[in-house]
Amino acid sequence: MQLFAFRQAVSFMRFKYVAVIFSALLVVLCLGLIATKGLNWGLDFTGGTVIEVNFTAAANLNHVRDKLSVVGFPDAVVQFFGSSQDVMIRIPLREGVAQAEIGNTVVNALKTEFAQSVSMRRVEFVGPSVGEELKQDGGLALLVALLGILAYVAMRFEWRLSVGAVLALGHDVILTLGLFSLLQIEFDLTVLAAILALIGYSINDTIVVFDRIRESFRKLRDSSVDETINMAITSTLNRTVITSLTTILVLVVLFFLGGALIHGFATALLFGIAVGTYSSVYVASGIAVLLGLNRADLLPVVVEADSVDITP
Amino acid sequence: MLNQNPWWRYVVVIGMLLLTLLYALPNLYPADPALNISATRGGLVAENTHRQLLSSLASEGIAIKSSSLQNGELLLRFADTEAQLQAREQVMAALGSNYITALNLAPATPEWLTRIGATPMKLGLDLRGGVHFLLAVDMQAALEKNLNDLTALVRVDLRQADIRYRSVQTDLKAQQITITLREASDAAAVEAVLKKTDAGFEFSQSRDGKILQLRFSEQRQKEIREYALAQNITILRNRINGIGVAEPLVQRQGADRIIVQLPGVQDTAQAKEILGATASLEFRLVDTQSDLAAALAGQLPAGASLYQTRDGRPLLLEKRIMLTGDHITGATAGYDDTGMPQVTIMLDAPGSNLLSAGTKDAVGRRMASVFIEYQPSQERDAAGTPILIKQQEVINDATIQSRLGGRSFQITGLSSPAEAQNLASLLRAGALIAPIQIIEERTIGPSLGQENIQLGMQAILWGMVAVLVFMAVYYKGFGVVANVALLANVVLLIGLMSMLPGATLTLPGMAGIVLTVGMAVDANVLIFERIREELAEGRSIQQAIHQGYDRAFATIADSNITTLLVALILFGVGTGPIKGFAITLALGILTSIFTAVIGTRLVVNLLWGGRRVQSLPL
Repeated sequence: MQLFAFRQAVSFMRFKYVAVIFSALLVVLCLGLIATKGLNWGLDFTGGTVIEVNFTAAANLNHVRDKLSVVGFPDAVVQFFGSSQDVMIRIPLREGVAQAEIGNTVVNALKTEFAQSVSMRRVEFVGPSVGEELKQDGGLALLVALLGILAYVAMRFEWRLSVGAVLALGHDVILTLGLFSLLQIEFDLTVLAAILALIGYSINDTIVVFDRIRESFRKLRDSSVDETINMAITSTLNRTVITSLTTILVLVVLFFLGGALIHGFATALLFGIAVGTYSSVYVASGIAVLLGLNRADLLPVVVEADSVDITP
Repeated sequence: MLNQNPWWRYVVVIGMLLLTLLYALPNLYPADPALNISATRGGLVAENTHRQLLSSLASEGIAIKSSSLQNGELLLRFADTEAQLQAREQVMAALGSNYITALNLAPATPEWLTRIGATPMKLGLDLRGGVHFLLAVDMQAALEKNLNDLTALVRVDLRQADIRYRSVQTDLKAQQITITLREASDAAAVEAVLKKTDAGFEFSQSRDGKILQLRFSEQRQKEIREYALAQNITILRNRINGIGVAEPLVQRQGADRIIVQLPGVQDTAQAKEILGATASLEFRLVDTQSDLAAALAGQLPAGASLYQTRDGRPLLLEKRIMLTGDHITGATAGYDDTGMPQVTIMLDAPGSNLLSAGTKDAVGRRMASVFIEYQPSQERDAAGTPILIKQQEVINDATIQSRLGGRSFQITGLSSPAEAQNLASLLRAGALIAPIQIIEERTIGPSLGQENIQLGMQAILWGMVAVLVFMAVYYKGFGVVANVALLANVVLLIGLMSMLPGATLTLPGMAGIVLTVGMAVDANVLIFERIREELAEGRSIQQAIHQGYDRAFATIADSNITTLLVALILFGVGTGPIKGFAITLALGILTSIFTAVIGTRLVVNLLWGGRRVQSLPL
């Protein structure tokens, strides 16, 4: 069984301008989205308190809200979390009060109101300084990861490919962030981890294609740059698609069976890997070609051992 | 002949797999809800107490799975958490305050596995339930306290050296001390005098030379911070050991943070009281005039009160406090001239004056150090918060050999270096200079932890099934080989996670395993596709297998190194659960290369290599 059995190379590079422009537009659109709508930062980044409680029967959110207003949290966001028995309460940071006590106050208030039918599932409190630091550290981690990859690919391959790879990665990250901004899915620490894992996955894909591009350049001496790259992409296409498929398969399982805490993580990776598969085919190599990649850049350096120097 | 392996390679790979399988085995035995019972003050649980407890639990109808008394600690195992909680009430009522009863999840690893050091994976708090705190130490307060102490010292030093000054002032904002002199010519003398006592300062001088600015050197500031952090960690450890939590974690993070993890603790109100409790220290003279026996019988002499030492000895102390702990600036354990262990206690200037006055007429008498701590009790007030009770304990009493006058004094005659260390850390704990603040708290209820484990296990299981089916259908015989490698990969990963002391399984970590399952087949996909290509180009079957593995390997290595790089960065930046994810991701990459490249090669060679084969099941 084989997904694709092409007799000859598919001319992927014919659409390189279209693809790069299309991607550039998407990136601009997503950046615009992030700039205007922003990200729905989770507790890890904003700070504040999140309380998850479990009711033995379906919960009445209005009742919970009323009770919370009475005990001094009219600004609490109360919503279902995963099921109608699990309720998540978010309380923003506030000045002055002993922040760390909020969780206990709320849980105690609910326990007196609803008696036996409510139990604490989790309480998370994050102070303001911690969230700020995490944003910085997270941003730094993304940057270091991208720079590390830039350096590694430049060293192992060539700078045009390296720039193509990193731009493709940036493309994947920005598009995923754009999706999170568009749908206003909560962006928490696990999503950040997913985006870093996505970078790892996507570069993996890209390098497999690059490896083949380098090999094809050395083998096919008479073909044009576009033809060679088409050849390389075509021959790795089966692998690219199958690996993406198996990964997407497990991510779908994770999305449906992994529980509400893992949803954001699974969503980011599912979308990111789909985008990443496209970008490692089109964006990474397309940009390298547009930057003027040619055969000489990838041939092994020939050292002429017994050349004769002629001096005038 | 191509594609044949030396026999030892099979031995090595199979050996490795069996070894990790052995160490992965303990994970199959679910942990029992248990109670850890230990005696306070380093005491032991007696066999007698053990028997009494068992009969009292039996009379209440609480079933015990097993019980064992080891090293003076009692471990009771139960079938479910309900029995565990009931038993806890019963045990606490029966034993009273001299014992600590901690809820625990005891691994049910069989004896023969424990003997070779095999233990199950450590579970993160998001899987086993419990509370996680991140505490920030107020370094500003530590520096200010030191600066204030220093100001007092400078005044005394200058006076003693007969240097006249207009003023010595603390400037907390600029974190420096400003000395205004009468004569600019004294500046050098001032510097010389101050450098003699402590070299950790930096001086700067105004243009007319009359104003000197004194600030802590970088090195000294660092020392102050380290001291404040270490002091807080010692205090927290002491307190947490006292409340009965199985496997607590108190660990420094970065320059001014402390992580506290209390598995199994649900009552965060109590935990917070404990973390925020204050300790103090008092020095009092021992009352040797009055009758101790009478005092014990209830007739307390006026001006004295009854105390207990750490080993339970009663002691009568004068009510007058000679010195309080806030005058202590440091306490270190060391050795005296004769090589005996001792503790050196440093005092601030007012403290040394107080002690000098207090010990003038007390040479030859005994002085006791009393450690005072407010600890939450089992009783609760109307709002449900535990009532704090004052606990006092004599941690040391020693004879005053001579009038104590300087900035430091020594306590000698300690029985061991360990005792000296312990005393020094308690003395430091009683003179807390930097308060702590909770800046992050995460509490996971036990039901959520259990649910997370189940969800994670299901995701791993069904994710694997999906991939296994896909591979078998798509690559047929070779797909089955890849599947064997995938299973081996998961065993290897779990075995390694169980062996590594630093690896903890978290919910994102489980997601990492799922992701690894999906990505681990990548190496095999690369190899198999390559073999197909080689076949399509007309190579012989043996050549194709050989070339396929050979050529794919460079690609596999290249592409995995970058992923590994990302995992390492994630490990460096992430905390708790995210670190768990990074660990599984990184280990998963390494194990998948091993099984997919080396492992499958062995099987493929065994089945189809080195002989005439008509076609490959690929």
